[in-house]
Amino acid sequence: MSCLETIQAYAFRSLGYGERLLPRSDFTLCEQFTLIGSGMIWNVYFGFFALIFGFCLATAVALAKNSSNKVLRKPAEWFIFVLRGSPLFIQFFLAYETFVLLPKLTGDLNLGFVELTVETRWLTKAWLGALIVLLLNTAAYSGEIFYGALKSIPKGDVEAADAYGITGWKRFRRIIWPTMLRLAWPAYTNEAIFLFHATTLVFFSGFPAWRQQGDALYYANYFADKTFNPFVPYPILAGYFIILTLIVTGIYGLINTRLNRHLPREKRKKIRIRPQIIR
Amino acid sequence: MFSFCTDPDQLAGLQWLSCYLTTGKHMAFYTSFGTIMLLLIITAPVALMFGFGGAMAARSPIAPIRWFGKAYTAIVRGVPDIAFFLFFVIALDQAFEWLRHQVKCPDWAEPIRQGSDFVVCSAAKLPLSSSPQWVHEVYGFSLAILTFSIVFGAFAANVLFGAMRAVPFPQIETAQAYGMTTRQTFWRILVPQMWVYALPGLSNLWMILIKATPLLFLLGVEDIVYWARELGGSKTSAFTYPHPDWRLYYFLGLLVFYLGLTKVSEIAFDRIMKRLTLGQATTGGESQRKTPRGKATA
Repeated sequence: MSCLETIQAYAFRSLGYGERLLPRSDFTLCEQFTLIGSGMIWNVYFGFFALIFGFCLATAVALAKNSSNKVLRKPAEWFIFVLRGSPLFIQFFLAYETFVLLPKLTGDLNLGFVELTVETRWLTKAWLGALIVLLLNTAAYSGEIFYGALKSIPKGDVEAADAYGITGWKRFRRIIWPTMLRLAWPAYTNEAIFLFHATTLVFFSGFPAWRQQGDALYYANYFADKTFNPFVPYPILAGYFIILTLIVTGIYGLINTRLNRHLPREKRKKIRIRPQIIR
Repeated sequence: MFSFCTDPDQLAGLQWLSCYLTTGKHMAFYTSFGTIMLLLIITAPVALMFGFGGAMAARSPIAPIRWFGKAYTAIVRGVPDIAFFLFFVIALDQAFEWLRHQVKCPDWAEPIRQGSDFVVCSAAKLPLSSSPQWVHEVYGFSLAILTFSIVFGAFAANVLFGAMRAVPFPQIETAQAYGMTTRQTFWRILVPQMWVYALPGLSNLWMILIKATPLLFLLGVEDIVYWARELGGSKTSAFTYPHPDWRLYYFLGLLVFYLGLTKVSEIAFDRIMKRLTLGQATTGGESQRKTPRGKATA
């Protein structure tokens, strides 16, 4: 098989398209590059959606933790404590076992323009179950980051808003929220990077890889097991992740520039990657 | 364990539970908590040592050593750590066997990598195929510890490198003005003062290390995750203690264990921080100086 044919056969293998059987012997470099790259689709999928949904939830959690109302504050504190204090690995196992025990229900979800059939069985599949765990996890970590940022919003900014008669939702939307994001952004960039790294845990913790459709580490591990040679697949995986990390840093850097665009140049905070690592 | 446990079919309620929770397998499960603590206790100082070496290397005036140190600290940034764990366990094993192979069987003609196999002479096998089971287990566990230490050493190197740079430069200048050599400055001025800057990073690292311990499961060690899955799975009536799928409860137990461990560490680190900031030229130390002892908040 030429390399082009290999790419055609395996580029979307992780999603179930193309060749069904994984290569079994005489592994070529091209096969390893293609399949591990194919697995990266899952890593990007998990990371992207967990970040988007997690961001909204994290803002809510941070506000709740900052609230003076005990009914709001306590649950937020516990949410952050439990999810940050325990390993993500255990959280995956726990969630999977919980989802398996749920009664099998099927329901229809009417979104107005389209009707979806929703099943609780989906929760035991990685694409939904693991995504929920990841988004809750990142919501807790970024919630804590946002909470810290909320606490360090300069008093003068809020007082100025009050003096101008900006209150309530408008004050939050135009003063507090942008400042919170600006202060939290360097730390939040790290969180995003390590969330992408954490996505590699999914198929090693409870959630089965259905029909061998796994993520990049799943395939890298497959090759390492079959060839008994870790020195090829893992560096390939490392290469893919370094590229992904650079892309994430680039995008977050752009957002950071936009958030800081009103500040004089020398006051802008640079993003530094600092290891936060395993959760 | 208890005298009434001889016939489990006759038992019910609390008695059944007390017998169930003291079976041999459960004892192995409880011992595996000890394995986790052992891993933490050994890995933390070894990783700190690796980290110290890495940070020193990254500051070295000799370029190749500096590059090595920088590369070591840089590996953690772009690549998922789980990949490192999976990689190092095989890579280290093969490296050791290869080294022993070179020493013990110098006249071996065949190549070591034959297709999908890694073949060394039987005298170079680690552990030897004739050694008892516990040697295999200890070897597996030591490999896991070494892997953890290498990966966490890189993280620690990062933290310590930053801490060494955070020590106020006038301190170094003063030492030099008193005629101290570079070595003396490093050991007598820089190292004693850097810990307070390193502690937040190191405490964070310790938390991360705690939360990384279930990854032992991926390295093939029979740890708490292994036992939780093993014991929690549903047992048919063919077993002495039949029960439905209880894995959820076992994992809940693990969750509580980890929450407790991180909480205790957090409290301990708060105390150490208070101790270390005492008398330091930082805001923390200053606030302790101004408020009477005991009431100080770091």
